[in-house]
Amino acid sequence: MSFRTDTGGAIDRNTLLRFTFNGVEHTGHPGDTLASALLANGVHEIGSSVKLGRPRGVVAAGSEDPTSLVQVEAPFSEPMLLATTVELYDGLVARGLAGQGKLSSEPDPARYDAKHEHCDVLVVGAGPAGLVAALTAARSGARVVLVDEQNQAGGALLGVDEYLDDRPSAEWVADIVAELKSTPDVLVLERTTAFGMYQDGFVLALQKRTDHLGFAAPASVARQRVWRIRTRQTVLATGAHERPVVFADNDRPGIMLASSARTFLHHYGVLPGSRAVVFTTNDSAYCAAIDLAESGVDIAVVVDARPEAPARLAAECAARGIEVRAGQLVTGTEGPGRVTAVQVGDDRIACDALLVSGGWNPVVSLFSQARGTLRYDAELGAFVPGRELATVRVAGSATGELDLTACTRQGRDAGAGAAAAAGFTSGSQVPLPASDSRCTARSGLVLWRVPGNDDASFVDLQRDSTVADVLRATGAGLRSLEHIKRYTTIGTAHDQGKTSGMIAAGIVAEALGVELSEQRPTTFRPPFTSVSFAALAGRDRGDLHDPVRVTSIHPWHVQHGALFENVGQWKRPWYYPQPGEDLHAAVLRECRATRESVGMMDGSTLGKIDVQGRDAGEFLDMLYTNMMSNLKVGKIRYGVMCGVDGMVIDDGTVIRVGEERYIVTTTTGNAAKVLDWMEEWLQTEWPHLDVHCTSVTEHWATIPLVGPKSRAVLAAVAPSLDVSNEAFEFMTWHDTEVAGVPARVCRISFSGELAYEINVTAWHGLAVWEALMAAGERYGITPYGTETMHVLRAEKGYPIIGQETDATVTPQDLGMSWAVSKKKPDFIGKRSFARAENNRSDRKQLVGLLPVDPAVLLPEGSQIVETDRLPEPPVRMLGHVTSSYPSAALGRTFALALVRSGHERIGETLYVPVEDSLVPVTVTESVLYDKEGARRDG
Amino acid sequence: MTSPPGAHLPEHPDFLWDNPEPKSSYDVVVVGGGGHGIATAYYLAKVHGITNVAVLEKGWLAGGNMARNTTIIRSNYLWDESSGIYEHSLKLWEGLEDDLGYPILFDQRGVLNLAHSLQDVRDSVRRVNANRLNGIDAEWVDPAGVKEICPIVNTSPDVRHPVLGATYQPRAGIAKHDYVAWGYARAAHALGVDLIQNCEVTGLETVQGRITAVETSRGRIAAGKVALCAAGHSSVLAKMVGLRLPIASHPLQALVSELLEPVHPTVVMSNAVHVYVSQAHKGELVMGAGIDSYNGYGQRGSFHIIEQQMAAALELFPVFARAHLLRTWAGIVDVSPDASPIVGLTPVGGLYLNCGWGTGGFKATPGVGDCFAHTIAHDKPHPFNEPFTLERFTTGALVDEHGAAAVAH
Amino acid sequence: MQLIPCPWCGPREEAEFHYGGQAHVAYPGDPSALSDEEWARYVFFRENPSGPFAERWSHNAGCRRWFNAVRDTRTHDLLAVYRVGEPMPEVTA
Repeated sequence: MSFRTDTGGAIDRNTLLRFTFNGVEHTGHPGDTLASALLANGVHEIGSSVKLGRPRGVVAAGSEDPTSLVQVEAPFSEPMLLATTVELYDGLVARGLAGQGKLSSEPDPARYDAKHEHCDVLVVGAGPAGLVAALTAARSGARVVLVDEQNQAGGALLGVDEYLDDRPSAEWVADIVAELKSTPDVLVLERTTAFGMYQDGFVLALQKRTDHLGFAAPASVARQRVWRIRTRQTVLATGAHERPVVFADNDRPGIMLASSARTFLHHYGVLPGSRAVVFTTNDSAYCAAIDLAESGVDIAVVVDARPEAPARLAAECAARGIEVRAGQLVTGTEGPGRVTAVQVGDDRIACDALLVSGGWNPVVSLFSQARGTLRYDAELGAFVPGRELATVRVAGSATGELDLTACTRQGRDAGAGAAAAAGFTSGSQVPLPASDSRCTARSGLVLWRVPGNDDASFVDLQRDSTVADVLRATGAGLRSLEHIKRYTTIGTAHDQGKTSGMIAAGIVAEALGVELSEQRPTTFRPPFTSVSFAALAGRDRGDLHDPVRVTSIHPWHVQHGALFENVGQWKRPWYYPQPGEDLHAAVLRECRATRESVGMMDGSTLGKIDVQGRDAGEFLDMLYTNMMSNLKVGKIRYGVMCGVDGMVIDDGTVIRVGEERYIVTTTTGNAAKVLDWMEEWLQTEWPHLDVHCTSVTEHWATIPLVGPKSRAVLAAVAPSLDVSNEAFEFMTWHDTEVAGVPARVCRISFSGELAYEINVTAWHGLAVWEALMAAGERYGITPYGTETMHVLRAEKGYPIIGQETDATVTPQDLGMSWAVSKKKPDFIGKRSFARAENNRSDRKQLVGLLPVDPAVLLPEGSQIVETDRLPEPPVRMLGHVTSSYPSAALGRTFALALVRSGHERIGETLYVPVEDSLVPVTVTESVLYDKEGARRDG
Repeated sequence: MTSPPGAHLPEHPDFLWDNPEPKSSYDVVVVGGGGHGIATAYYLAKVHGITNVAVLEKGWLAGGNMARNTTIIRSNYLWDESSGIYEHSLKLWEGLEDDLGYPILFDQRGVLNLAHSLQDVRDSVRRVNANRLNGIDAEWVDPAGVKEICPIVNTSPDVRHPVLGATYQPRAGIAKHDYVAWGYARAAHALGVDLIQNCEVTGLETVQGRITAVETSRGRIAAGKVALCAAGHSSVLAKMVGLRLPIASHPLQALVSELLEPVHPTVVMSNAVHVYVSQAHKGELVMGAGIDSYNGYGQRGSFHIIEQQMAAALELFPVFARAHLLRTWAGIVDVSPDASPIVGLTPVGGLYLNCGWGTGGFKATPGVGDCFAHTIAHDKPHPFNEPFTLERFTTGALVDEHGAAAVAH
Repeated sequence: MQLIPCPWCGPREEAEFHYGGQAHVAYPGDPSALSDEEWARYVFFRENPSGPFAERWSHNAGCRRWFNAVRDTRTHDLLAVYRVGEPMPEVTA
C-alpha cells in the first residue's frame, strides 16, 4: 500500500528510483530521502534497538532523528547513516541496523578534500531567520557565507504549506536565494553542515557533494568537502528541534514527532499512516493534525495535555470532525512492532501512527561550542542562549522564539548587527514577511513524561535508556547530569542526545527536586552531526600524507637497485644489493671495497646551515661544546651540541669559509631542529649578536668519496686541485672544480679512511656523481648506502646521534671529553655537567663489545647483564647494544653499547641475553679499527 | 534483528555513594576527586586503616582526565623505575574487579606499539628486552605478526611509513573508565571516606612549614595531611604554598566513533605517526590525538590536531575511512620535563604531591593510588615511587620516558 | 584553530606557529655561579598559571620571528602580542 499523496511535496513524481531495503525492492522519487521513500511504501520498521532488540522506526524527519540508523551497502558500504538524511538515488541498497554499523573491508574509492573560506559574516541555517540575516548582511556588501544542512534552503518552511505575504513560502525562499546567489562575494552552500565552532571565528562545515548522486557520482569530484571557514561574525540560525514526551512504550515505530509528520507530508508527499492519534502539549501539533486530516489521514483524536484546548484551533478541528481531548495524556501504546493502538485514559484507540509534540528545543550546540552560556527558559522547557557573544549572534527559533515574523526580525537584526560589527553599513532593508500560520508553539505546557511503566518509558530511544534508568541513577547518589548521562548512557549515541538530552535533564530535576535553572546541561561537543574519518583526513593520504624528500642523485640510486631507508622525510639509499645478495652480503662487499679501494655515497641529506655575521664565532662557541671561534679560515672542526640539560642533541662539522662565515652540518634528521634551535637562541636570548642563519641543505649535493683510492679518483676529476697530503690536509677544505663544476671539497672522514666530501650545487649533483663513478671505475668504485656508512663509522667508534644517544647521554659518556672545551667560560649545557648525576662513575658509557664467539651477531637493542646466569626478575641491566654488525675489516662481528661504568669495564666479560641464551661478550674501547689513525692520510 | 554481543555494558549498582556535607576536619584531605584521588583514599582506608578521609572535587567526581582518557593500560615502559610502578599497577588491575566488586571491564586484549623506522626497531627491541628482564611480558613481532594480531593494520611495505614490526604486550588492555572510578568511589565510600563534590580548594593553610587546613568554596577544612591529586591543576594548587613545579598543563584531545561491529581486536599505538586506537566494549573506536603545543586549562584543543590524527589513522587503518567521528573532547595533561611523574613528599610537612603523569595517568591509577597512600600513611615514599621525586630535576637523575610515553598513552 | 596575531605579519593560523613556553626567562649571566637548585630552576621549572601567561611563540612557517604573547590559558585567548625586547604590556583578562 502506498502512503504517497497524490500531489505536493518537493519530489519529482515523473521519475522513478528503484532501491532495496532489507532485501526488499521499493521505489521512490528524486527529492525523497531513504526515510520518506520507506514511509511512502508503508515501511516503518527500520532497525532495532541496541540493547533490547526492540524495533525502531523514524521519529524525526531530519538529522536529529534518534532511530533510523541504516547501513548503506551500495555503491559503497557506509555504516550508521540516518535514513532521514540519506537522499534517495537509483540503485540504493541499504539495511536497518541494530545500533552498530559495519566497516567495509574494501578500500574507499572516494576522494575527499578541504577548502578554506574567509568571510565577514557566516550564517548557519537557511531557514527564515538565516535567509533574512544572510540577505541583510549581503546587501551591506559584506562577504557572506550561508550554509545549510539540507539539499535546499527553507529550513522549517520546507515542512509546512504556509503562505508568506500571500504566496507560497517556497517562492519567498527562492527569491532570497536567487538574490544571494547573484550577489558578489556571497557563497550559498547546500548539503553543508556546520559541525564545529572554534575560536576566532573558525567554523568547520561538511559538504556532501556527490552522495545524493549515488552510482552517478563522478569519480573526479570529491565526495565530501570540509570547509574551513574563518569568519569575522557569525549568525546562528540553527532552528529548533521538536521535543517528544516520554510515556510507556513510546518507542514503537509509527510514533513520530508531529512536526516531522508534517514535514513528511509537505516536503515529501508522504503520509505517516492511515489513522493517527496526535498527542501534544502545545499548539503547533494542531497544524499537523489539520494538514494531515486534509490530506486524507483519519485523525482519531488530538490529545492535548493542557487543561484546556486552544479555542480557535479546537474549533478548526471540530470543523474537520477531529475530536480534541484536553487535559488528557497518552499513557501507553500497543503493537506487535509498529503501533496499532494508543491508550488515552481508559480508552484504547486503534491507530497506525502516533504524532507527538512536547514543545521545542532550540539548537544551541554551536553556540555552546563557541563558549556561549545557556540559560533555562521555564516557559519553553529548554535551554536557550544566554548572553550574546562579541562575534556570535543567534536568531530565529534557535533563540526560543517561535513566531515566524519575530524570527525573521531577529534574523534581520542579527544580519545587520553582524555586518556592522564587521565594518559594513547596512544596505536596503529586507522586508519581513507576514505569515498565515495558524499555529504557534508558545504557550505550551512543559511535560517531560507521563507517569507509567518506567521500565518501558524510553528517554533515549537509541540507547534503550528509560525513566527507570534515570531514577536508578539519582537513587544511586548521582546528582550531576554528567554522571547520570554516563550511568544511563543517555545522549551518547549517534544523535548525541538531540531529542533526549533536555528531557533527561527535566526528569532528573524532578527526581531530585531541584530547579532546572540551577542545573548545567551536559557539554555540547563537536561535531554537531557525525563526520566520516575520510572527510577529515581529506587529501592528506597516500603520497600526500607526508612529503617525501629525495636528493638530486636519487634517480641514479633507483636505477641501480638501491633499497631505501626512511630518515626523517628523506629517502636515503640503504644498500645496493647485487643479484643474490642480502643486506649483510651487500654491506660486507660495500665495506670491503671502500676500505680496500674506494667507495662513495650520497650524503646530500646532511643538514647544512650557513651562519654569517660579525659574531658568528662567538655564537657557535655557545652552541657547541668545543671552541669554534678560533677555527682558522680554511679549516674544519667536528663539533657536538648539547641541550641546556647537558645531553647531546646533535653533532656535525663546522667549516670556516670566511672571517664572518661558517657552514655547519647537522645530522639528516635534525637539520630543521638545529636551525630552529639556533634562531631561538639568537632571537630570544642574544639578539645583540650580529649573526644570521639560513638553511642551505637543499642547495648542495654532497658526496663523500672514501677509501685509499679516493685521492686518485679525485685527482682525475679535479685536475686543478693539488690533492697531495701536504697541499690538502686533513680537516681542511678547498674550492675548486670537480668534473668541470665549481665545487667545495672538504677533507673529512667518517670512516677513518682517506676521504673527501665533494659539495656541488644540487643541480650538478647527478652529473658529478656520474663523473666520479666513471673516474673510479678502474678502481672498482662502489656506491654504498647508510648501512655501510654505519658500519664504517662504528668500526671507528663514532656515534650516531639518535642511535648511540637517547637524550640521556652526555659527550663525556660518549668518550668525547676531548670535544668539551675546558677553556670556554660557558656554552649551552656546560652547567649541567657539574650536577651530581653527571659525575657518577657508574654512568652508562659508550664502549665496544666483542662477542666471544666471533660469528655471533648481537641483536641491536639487546640488554647487557653482569652474570652468566639470569636471576629472577627484575634483573639488573648494565646497558644495551646500540649498534651491531658483522665487519669485513675485523673479520668478525662487533657491537657498540652503552654500559654502566663502561670505561672502567674494558676487558671484562659481560653477558647479553639473546632469546634463551646468554652470549658472553668482551668489553673493549669503542675504537676497534685502525686505532692509530694510520689510514686517514691514505 | 538481534542485538550484537557486547553492544551494551553491565549495569551499574543501585547505590554508589552519599553526598555528605564536609566535616570541619579530617585526618587526610585528598585534593582532586579524579581516579588518582579516589584510589588514594580507597587504599588509605583499606590498606592503612585511615578512614577519616575526605576527597574534595571542584566539579563532579572523576570528571576530569578520568572521564576523558582513552583507557589504555600497559606497563611496557623502558626504564626500571617506570616499569616498576606501571607493572605494580598492572598487577593490581588484574585483581581489581574482584577487589572492588565492580565490573570494571578490564580486558587484556594486548597492545601493539608499532615501529616505522630502523631506529624505531632498535628502540623497540631495546624496550622489549628491558621489559622481559624486568619480568614484564613483551614480544617483538614482525609485520606478519602484527597482521596476525590485528588484521586491519596496513602492513604493506609500500606506504609512506611502513610498519617494520611492533612490540606486543599481551597483558595490556583497556578498561571502562567510569566503571573504574565509580568502583573505587563506591568502595572508598563504603569504608568511610567522604566524597565531596562541587568543593573547590582555594587555599592551603600552613603553620610553621606544616599543612594544617585547606580553604574551600565550602569553608575551611582542617587536615592532618593533604594529598594533591589534581593533575593539570597541580601547579595552581602548589603555588598556594609557594611551591613551583616543573610541569606544564596542555590540552590533549581524544575522540570516538559511532558503534561499530568488532573489527579491531587489540590496542594499536604508533608514536611515529601519532595514532593510538582501540575499539571499546560497545564497539566505538576510541582514539587519542597529539598533545596541543601550548599550555592550556581550557579543556579544548585545536581541530587541525584531530584532522592530522584522522589522516594518520587512515594510513594505518584504511578500513576506518567511513567510520564517523561522533564526539571530540579534551583533557588537561600535566607534562613533566622527562615524561615521568612526580610522586612523593614536599618541602611542606604533611603535604604530598602526585602529578606530572602526562598521558600515563589512567593506567597508573591502582598503582599510584596504592603507593601514594603508602607515602601519605608512612610519611615516606613507597619504593615504587621513590625515584619520582621533585629533587631529581636538581640532581639530574631524570627518568626520561619520552621514547615510551611521548604522545602515546 | 586559533588566529595568532604575529607582530610582524598580522593574524595567521595557529598551525604556522611554534610554541616556546614561558617568556622572560633569561639565560643566566653566569651559570657557573648558580647552585644546582638555581640551575634546575632555570632548566626545568616554569610558571604554569591558569590565567594570563606571558609566553614565547615563533612564526615558524611564516617570518620565522620569535615574539612574546600574553594568553589566557583558561580561554586560550591571545590578550596581547609584543616583540622580543619589549616589556610585557598590561592586560586585563
